[in-house]
Amino acid sequence: MKFLKQPALLAIGMICIGLILNFGTNAYIQLTSLFVLVNCLMAMSLNLVNGYTGQFSLGHAGFMALGAYFSAYASMHWPLFSGPLAILNFVLTTLGSGLLAAFAGYVVGLPSLRLKGDYLAIVTLGFGEIIRVSLLNMDFVGGARGLSGIPSIPNLDLGFMVIEHYMVSFLFSTFWFVTCFFVIWRIMHSSHGRGFLSVREDEIAAEAMGIDTTKTKVRAFVLSSFFAGVAGALFCHATNYISPSSFNFQKSVDAIIMVVLGGMGSMSGSICAAIFITLLPEILRSLKEYTGGIDFRMVIYSLSLILVMLLRPQGLFGQTEITDLWKKYVKRSN
Amino acid sequence: MSNAQTNSSNIILEAKNLTMQFGGLKAVDQFSFSIEKGQLAGLIGPNGAGKTTAFNMLTGVYMPTSGEVILNGEILNGKKPFQISHKGLTRTFQNIRLFKDLTVLENVLIAGHQHVSYGLLDTFLQNDRFEVEELKLRNKALEILALFGLADKAFENSCSLPYGEQRKLEIVRALMTDPKVILLDEPAAGMNHSETHKLMDLIAQIRKDFKLTVLLIEHDMKLVMGICEKIFVLDHGVKIEEGNAHHIQNSKKVIEAYLGVDEVH
Repeated sequence: MKFLKQPALLAIGMICIGLILNFGTNAYIQLTSLFVLVNCLMAMSLNLVNGYTGQFSLGHAGFMALGAYFSAYASMHWPLFSGPLAILNFVLTTLGSGLLAAFAGYVVGLPSLRLKGDYLAIVTLGFGEIIRVSLLNMDFVGGARGLSGIPSIPNLDLGFMVIEHYMVSFLFSTFWFVTCFFVIWRIMHSSHGRGFLSVREDEIAAEAMGIDTTKTKVRAFVLSSFFAGVAGALFCHATNYISPSSFNFQKSVDAIIMVVLGGMGSMSGSICAAIFITLLPEILRSLKEYTGGIDFRMVIYSLSLILVMLLRPQGLFGQTEITDLWKKYVKRSN
Repeated sequence: MSNAQTNSSNIILEAKNLTMQFGGLKAVDQFSFSIEKGQLAGLIGPNGAGKTTAFNMLTGVYMPTSGEVILNGEILNGKKPFQISHKGLTRTFQNIRLFKDLTVLENVLIAGHQHVSYGLLDTFLQNDRFEVEELKLRNKALEILALFGLADKAFENSCSLPYGEQRKLEIVRALMTDPKVILLDEPAAGMNHSETHKLMDLIAQIRKDFKLTVLLIEHDMKLVMGICEKIFVLDHGVKIEEGNAHHIQNSKKVIEAYLGVDEVH
């Protein structure tokens, strides 16, 4: 069971944060923390495609929408378990969301991943819009009104104690965060991951060295879509309301900003950028009080993005990871 | 050199009437050749003769308009480049195509990916199978790198290597695929005399050590004439001559192709 050691360590750290958030803060901060985890999932999964494999996907929100709508609809209409086991519904619908999104990723990816660069961007952009417009016109999921009344993840009654529903949501999101992180991290530190990188670096050379580039790209796309679908499911149970406009083009762009800002091909970068991008607009909310009611929030947000890109065009982390910086530091101090 | 002079049943790589047409241009026209196991062959010709196009057809980058490529008795037409690489035919590139942002070691490891049998799940479980194979791959890569004197640069970025070493790294990377036949596209391009000389020795050595068959494109006649046992000459896509160095050097057709025809006869 040694493969669980590192994930367990990370999970314990996250649970500590969760406990602080649970007892020390209010519902607003708690909800924001769930969004942070959702965005981390989005950024990490998109980083696999855009950062590591070098394919430019602009339709990540589409996969997220699929996941969100599936999990929302399934948990509202097909509850398999009730009572204390109700949490299992969410486990199943979230998994289903991921699989549905992964399947969509396969269907979209197989034909479109022959395209490169801008062309792939347009196709994936088109996919995202198709999903959004389809949802807009599907009456059984509410059409433009969206789906409201999506159940939250319930309190967990362990018999001797009850874990509050926020903590359960946080733990559940943390589970997926840790899973996503280690799945991608370990793949990237294996021969398969090097295959992804080789596709980014030079497809012709990769093929000549025996890498099946089509298969590699589809794999990256499917895996990435899976976690986007999971992120969507977590998102819908956190907000209890989704509408097609929650998954518009802006959402895909947000994910791309996180990946680019963090550094294409850096997991720590994606995570840091996801935290930064999610929290910054929230932190800037209180600014209004000092500027006489004028909302400078988005101006500062955009300016800070421009500044970061000017000062560090390769992103906050470039292609390195926090662990690399640590190793360098240890080397230097020796 | 004499051990390569064996009978014709020993043919490992063969092309039959290979033709590549780009619109109205026949880049390669009815090119046939065969190379025996263990042979070191050269493909020469003036600029634009279709040498690299021929390489691209052999390795599946281009689909030949007509004709066949046969490796070990198996027809390679229609196979993708990565499948051809799995069959044991690999190449280097004229304009160096390293994975620039990756380290030297990573470059080599990528070429070993086709021999990896662990799956994605094994990487997540970090099981023995993953670790054993990863270690084996790494050791093998470092071994070949050491042979080329690149082991101490294994963790440097591949684009930070000097030009000559980048060329070497391309060969190392190709060797990591466990090839039977290796195609070298201008391995000595941009190298000075002494570097070229070292490269010649190296090519001869790896052929022996790895039991390779080598086909190389080269403009450096000293290198080609020095080590190639069999030379094919292409001009305007057509094979005009084939034979050993002595034969080629004295061929009127070859001299004409390179120097032009004397008008005053």
